[in-house]
Amino acid sequence: MFDFLDSGQYDLLGAFWVTVQLTLYSAVGSLIWGTVLAGMRVSPVPLLRGFGTAYVNLVRNTPLTLLIIGCSLGLNQTMGVTLGGGTFKETGFRLAVLGLIAYTGTFVCEALRSGINTVPVGQAEAARALGLSFTQVLTLIVLPQAWRAVVAPLANVLIALTKNTTVAAAIGVAEAALLMKEMVENEADALFAVFGIFALGFCLLTLPTGLLLGWVAKRVAVKR
Amino acid sequence: MKVLKVGAAAATAVVLALTATACGGGSKDSASDAGASGGGKSDKIVIGIKFDQPGLGLKTPDGKYTGFDVDVATYVAKELGYQPDQIEWKQAVSAERENLISNGDVKFIAATYSINDKRKAKVDFAGPYFLAHQDLLVRTDDSSITKVEDLNKKKLCSVTGSTSAQNVKKDLAKDADLQELPGYSECLTGLENKAVDALTTDDSILAGYAAQEKNKGKFKLVGLKMSNENYGIGLKKGDKELQTKINAALRKMVSDGSWEAAVKKNLGPADYKNEPAPQITEGS
Repeated sequence: MFDFLDSGQYDLLGAFWVTVQLTLYSAVGSLIWGTVLAGMRVSPVPLLRGFGTAYVNLVRNTPLTLLIIGCSLGLNQTMGVTLGGGTFKETGFRLAVLGLIAYTGTFVCEALRSGINTVPVGQAEAARALGLSFTQVLTLIVLPQAWRAVVAPLANVLIALTKNTTVAAAIGVAEAALLMKEMVENEADALFAVFGIFALGFCLLTLPTGLLLGWVAKRVAVKR
Repeated sequence: MKVLKVGAAAATAVVLALTATACGGGSKDSASDAGASGGGKSDKIVIGIKFDQPGLGLKTPDGKYTGFDVDVATYVAKELGYQPDQIEWKQAVSAERENLISNGDVKFIAATYSINDKRKAKVDFAGPYFLAHQDLLVRTDDSSITKVEDLNKKKLCSVTGSTSAQNVKKDLAKDADLQELPGYSECLTGLENKAVDALTTDDSILAGYAAQEKNKGKFKLVGLKMSNENYGIGLKKGDKELQTKINAALRKMVSDGSWEAAVKKNLGPADYKNEPAPQITEGS
């Protein structure tokens, strides 16, 4: 049933490694971008608030496939954006990370905003009374407490992101889902075995993530 | 690898269990339909085709079906005793073709279905009814590609995971810059914008795109015969009777000139030099 694995024709580990890389780059990028967005959405400047709200609502409700293919067809093929990638392989990877960051950042932002709401108003008021600026209140007082409250929801976002990387196959990034497409094309007699392998592969990536971050969430949560 | 296989086997069992519960309804419905029409021979035949390949199998916006595969399937159905209005067309996406056949969702499939041994393990074929080759589509004014070796310095585009894309990566042109996109239409966008130099897949499919009204005169086929793809008609494994009937229908279609007419009608406008009808090799 799994004979085709022994032929050495498929680089399973290599494909999943690309999936892991996509996930890591996008995770770091979307944490930063999501924090910036959350800062915008709670800032006292109406223009920033408006931009943040509009961006989050627009991008969050756009299908990811549309965003990623838009990155490839719109940015790359029509406007010639390569993000410094020489070949389609490099460019595709970078465009996929860009699309994933743009999309996942909105979810990180919303999770953080809910975390900001767990911080009692008195904390910010006390900080203001001490004469701290908005930026200082946010970065020194509110965000550190908010972060600790949202580890569990962010773990969900990270797991969703791991699975969302499969969409990058649509623009030819050589990750797990692309290898699966190739295997489905070639191994017509073992379709379920192919699905099984990839289902297992993603479970091996996401289950430990969920367990580990669940434990971290318990450890760091603010006991109020 | 041992551990991987055990785990994968377990995951496979889960996938199977899920799909069995999710798709259990389909076949039962058709069985009751056949009963409702008064037993005996059901008055409909379900045939799998592509819906998105101009010149081969295309569902037009007004709900009609056109293309060479459609014409072949219609002819075969007629020989089996079904009029065109008794045909129900079903979309057969490449990855689902084997399952559509083995679950009995379709009677047979004519959807650029290349005959190969792995597929023969799951389904039987009649035919082949067409011989295609992997080829390249380039802009009309581009004559820089004349042989396979020229590809290593070129930007190519093909469909994600397809056999054509794998051929390029593994043997034809390892150094070529290959972009894989979800569909051929997306590749055409890049070809027109000069983001890629050539689109590669079966010449029959390329001819279908080049023959489209909106693409007339923009693209041309290079004519490199980089592989042999024998299109067959897929049917349930072990259905020798149907296989023999379809083979007879295909032979008749070639001998009475309908086959040639269908090729010319659907793929001719692209100045495509098709191979003569192949010898039937499957079954008898």
